[in-house]
Amino acid sequence: MPLKNPRNPNRRYSLSAWRARTAWLLLTPSLLILVLVAAFPLFRSFQLSLFDVSILKFPLQLTWVGLDNYVALASDPRWWRSVWNTVVFTVISVGFETVLGLMIALLVHSEFKGRGLVRTAMLVPWAIPGVVSSQMWRWMFNDVYGVINDLFIKLRLIKTPMAWLAEPALVLPAIIAVDVWKTTPFMALILLAGLQGIPKELYEAARVDGASSVQQFWRITFPLLRPSLLVALIFRTLDALRVFDMIYIVAGTQIETISMSIYARQQLISFGLLGYGSAVSTGMFLILALYIAVYLVTLKVEVK
Amino acid sequence: MNFELPKLRFFAGRIVFWFGLGVLLFYLLFPFYWAIVSSLKTSNQLFATPISYIPQTPQWSNYASIFTTQPFGRFLLNSFLVAGGTTLLSLLFGVFAAYAIGRFEFRGRQPIYYAMLAVTMFPSISVLGGLFVLIRGLGLYDTIPGLIFTYMLFTLPFTIWVLTSFVREIPSELEEAAFIDGATPFQALHKVLLPMIAPGLVTAGLLAFIQAWNEFLFALTFTVNENSRTVPVAIALFSGTSSFELPWNLIMAASVVVTVPLLVLVLIFQQRIVAGLTAGAVKG
Repeated sequence: MPLKNPRNPNRRYSLSAWRARTAWLLLTPSLLILVLVAAFPLFRSFQLSLFDVSILKFPLQLTWVGLDNYVALASDPRWWRSVWNTVVFTVISVGFETVLGLMIALLVHSEFKGRGLVRTAMLVPWAIPGVVSSQMWRWMFNDVYGVINDLFIKLRLIKTPMAWLAEPALVLPAIIAVDVWKTTPFMALILLAGLQGIPKELYEAARVDGASSVQQFWRITFPLLRPSLLVALIFRTLDALRVFDMIYIVAGTQIETISMSIYARQQLISFGLLGYGSAVSTGMFLILALYIAVYLVTLKVEVK
Repeated sequence: MNFELPKLRFFAGRIVFWFGLGVLLFYLLFPFYWAIVSSLKTSNQLFATPISYIPQTPQWSNYASIFTTQPFGRFLLNSFLVAGGTTLLSLLFGVFAAYAIGRFEFRGRQPIYYAMLAVTMFPSISVLGGLFVLIRGLGLYDTIPGLIFTYMLFTLPFTIWVLTSFVREIPSELEEAAFIDGATPFQALHKVLLPMIAPGLVTAGLLAFIQAWNEFLFALTFTVNENSRTVPVAIALFSGTSSFELPWNLIMAASVVVTVPLLVLVLIFQQRIVAGLTAGAVKG
């Protein structure tokens, strides 16, 4: 439909063309920034992964090695260990967080005195900066002076103090406990929003028909909560796969818990291997891309 | 007996309920309580057995020490500058982009929307090497503007994402009327839309500020000097006079100092934050 351009009545062109132009104009600053800060560095990292190059010398001295870094990556046991650690950490933490988050959401969804207070308390672990909560837990896990050893001995769960963050068998459970504490509230909040969207009439009808509360949960709550549950799961899984801060601070770079992000940064920055480190980070990028692709397909199936 | 059983079951259920709630509250709040208690202990009390669960003689001087033993005030200022700058720039550019995506029909709208989502999903580590080289090249390494620039990577797409969901909720008739009256898109945005999405701006701004305030990986990697160090890095790198035992009372005091403003902010705006988080997550 040809219309007068409101800004310049002498020139005529279609409203939709004018709108598209305006939209792109509005998007330009954001797109420029994102190209500069996301697309370009991503491409640059991939490019660097084909070279042997040190981070210490500027301007960079590049030696072309082709796919050698990727060949080395494929047979690097520390890299595969970090992939394994990250996957185990993700599956167990997100599993606990989902079950616990659902329980908390159901608890807070029921009506009782002081419900607002509990909802507020739920935001506390989420609101504490990640670095701060990591240091808090690291201190609580201290082998000699830590409060967790003291509490567990008082509760007769353990007999002697444990070196939670040094014992290979204990450090993974320890960091999972920290992650569960930090992120379950977020899970619970999303699920709570989902629960509040379920019409109350459904439960009333079910009660009239004599359905038990267990039946009500599996026949009404769970199916209707599925979309929220799926979204919460996907977001948490993504976060867990990218984990850096918490494990880096609580457990350091020890092999038992090193994650993909920590290993990539160690190679890139601590060891200064800009080429090999970029291959590691590209490897991680590909693993996450695979996960996101699977997720988008699942979501599409789910929506249809 | 028979008709008393339901009553008994009811009370048993109540007890289990309140017990569960008590355990939950303890689990959620105890770690922060412990940080406060530890921040008020002397070094001797910190490393004494048996552990005392209540501060005996509160050492408020610990809170003064964190500012005298290291430039903690400077770190706080840096964090404010970085988080504030990141938030303002993200909101400024984010409003334009959200207006375009939320209101205008144009080819490429859908791909851009999903590209934004993809940027928030990918790990920041996958751009770390390239970004390091870039900010070295731009002369932004170890500077506050350098951190603000790199933080746009995650705050800008997230801000656009949240603001777009707010823009879509506002009916477009008012802007249409403004257009017919000869307003430019910028006037329509500024005079008509902006006042209506003000709550969205507060929510998106708060979330961007919190993200930037808490960021650790880039701050650790792109700064070396104390002059550009932010609070999370300072707390992570806290070291004491002896290399054997860290000054946990001072680390916890610093932790409380940076957490309390954030907690106050979150508690004041809790409804908005929850709405923003669930809008960003659920409507996606």
